[in-house]
Amino acid sequence: MTTITLAENKEKTLKRKKRSWDRGLALFRALFLPVVALLAWEVLTRLEVLPSLLFSSPSLILSRTIELVSTGKLWEHMEISLFRALLGFLLGGGLGLAFGIIVGMNRKSEQYINPTFQMIRTIPLLAVTPLFILWFGFGELSKILLISLGSFFPLYMQAFLGVRNIDNKLFEVARIMEYTRLQQIVKLMIPSSLPNILLGIRLSLSVAWMCLVAAELLGADKGIGYMIQDARSFMQTDTVFVGIIIFALAGKLSDSFVRILEEKLLKWQDSFKA
Amino acid sequence: MDMETALEINQVSKTFNNDRGGVHVLDHLNLTVQEGEFVSVIGPSGCGKSTLLKLIAGLDSDFHGQIAVGDQEVHGPSIDRGFIFQEHRLFPWMTVEKNIAGNLSLRDSEVRSKVNHYILLVNLTGFEKAYPRQLSGGMSQRVAIARALLRNPKVLLLDEPFGALDAFTRAHLQEALHDIWEKNKTTMVLVTHDIDESVYLSSKVVVMDAKPGRIKAVVPIDLPYPRARTSRAFQEFRTVILEHLDHKPGEPDDFSI
Ligand SMILES: Nc1ncnc2c1ncn2[C@@H]1O[C@H](COP(=O)(O)OP(=O)(O)OP(=O)(O)O)[C@@H](O)[C@H]1O
Ligand SMILES: [Mg+2]
Repeated sequence: MTTITLAENKEKTLKRKKRSWDRGLALFRALFLPVVALLAWEVLTRLEVLPSLLFSSPSLILSRTIELVSTGKLWEHMEISLFRALLGFLLGGGLGLAFGIIVGMNRKSEQYINPTFQMIRTIPLLAVTPLFILWFGFGELSKILLISLGSFFPLYMQAFLGVRNIDNKLFEVARIMEYTRLQQIVKLMIPSSLPNILLGIRLSLSVAWMCLVAAELLGADKGIGYMIQDARSFMQTDTVFVGIIIFALAGKLSDSFVRILEEKLLKWQDSFKA
Repeated sequence: MDMETALEINQVSKTFNNDRGGVHVLDHLNLTVQEGEFVSVIGPSGCGKSTLLKLIAGLDSDFHGQIAVGDQEVHGPSIDRGFIFQEHRLFPWMTVEKNIAGNLSLRDSEVRSKVNHYILLVNLTGFEKAYPRQLSGGMSQRVAIARALLRNPKVLLLDEPFGALDAFTRAHLQEALHDIWEKNKTTMVLVTHDIDESVYLSSKVVVMDAKPGRIKAVVPIDLPYPRARTSRAFQEFRTVILEHLDHKPGEPDDFSI
């Protein structure tokens, strides 16, 4: 019996070793292309095959990042950008969620509201940006409103869909147990449509970042988008890259945040695999 | 002993309207259920049994005639009338204990102790924090039973509650339901396809006819509890009900599941 356990144990450790080796190999393969590309970029710009003025180089971008961080400039821009994106998202996303639930709950409000919203949704945001600047000026208001408008629709659509898909059988149960209207919303509609709502939050957040860039590129005196625009006019390509990387990271981070939220909140779902 | 009327169904008719006209489902139904009675309703598929339960529950108020529970006419759903459906209908995002508590707060110590009591009663201790997806069909149905009982209904309506379960679990839950009925004296209206089940549990069996749904016969089962399914008397009641269901000269037998 002991020999069997020993043999089993040995097999297990072997398996574990094999698995970690596999994982390491997968990581190596995933990083292979990016690392090669970075190296090539660095070498080509050093040899001036690619003009470094236009293409910068990884080492230049790194030193520029360090400089921007240590002088506190980067944070100055990031602070205002974060503020705009967050406020715009909260305003637009919150309204989208509320309207989505109301319109999903009530046929009459759907008939009154939904067609108009669907029409507005099809207008490209970049097309209304000049109007927003005309109406609300170059200040914070126009930017925040633009971001709100963008992040309104994904959450609106998903909340609406989520509420529409609730099983009518569960509503019958709630009615038999004498749930009040408020309890129906809080204890039935919202949890039941949570998968959709969380998806809506993810989509809204990514739209919020896009609108932020659009708003800041078109006219601002601060913010990451402005930093990019400003650096471009002085041919500081490395700063442009720093800005792009910041946006990429911000998008990725907010997305991961919602994913963690999903893991926590949707563990009741049968189909949910963390 | 002077018994009170728990449920009074008076000249109830129901028609579903669709594009191709109406489907006449229930036709002038009359039924009186005394307090503490256990009534089973049996009949061919589509004869309107589920429809009748929904009317009693107040989930559908588009019908003719009157339905009264106690001395209150039914106008909408109420916790007076518990409902156990064929599917458990638990809220998948809530744990077992939260499903049972529903819109009542578990932080309320009275609710807490009631929830614990019913979890014990339906034999689910240890599964308080489990989600419905982690339960078997029989366990889920027991949660649904606990959820209905916690609200202490005057009348408990059951629509083929054990129909989807295996024979073992079904027999076990029939036992449990019978115990609960003896203990709490809750009035029960059970819709079933299972003649054995109806004879085993009920004080009377209502046999329905289809197209349109009418009451064909009411068979009182005056057998003492506990009832032995293999006894002669039990088999005789079975036969009586079968004959009521079958007997329809000139028409094919449409009693099938
Ligand atoms: N919402 C509805 N709209 C239209 N017709 C309906 C509706 N619900 C039920 N019906 C019809 O009413 C009739 C009775 O349905 P019901 O579900 O009450 O039957 P049942 O006796 O419970 O049958 P089963 O034993 O199969 O459950 C059926 O012919 C059905 O087609
Ligand atoms: Mg039915």
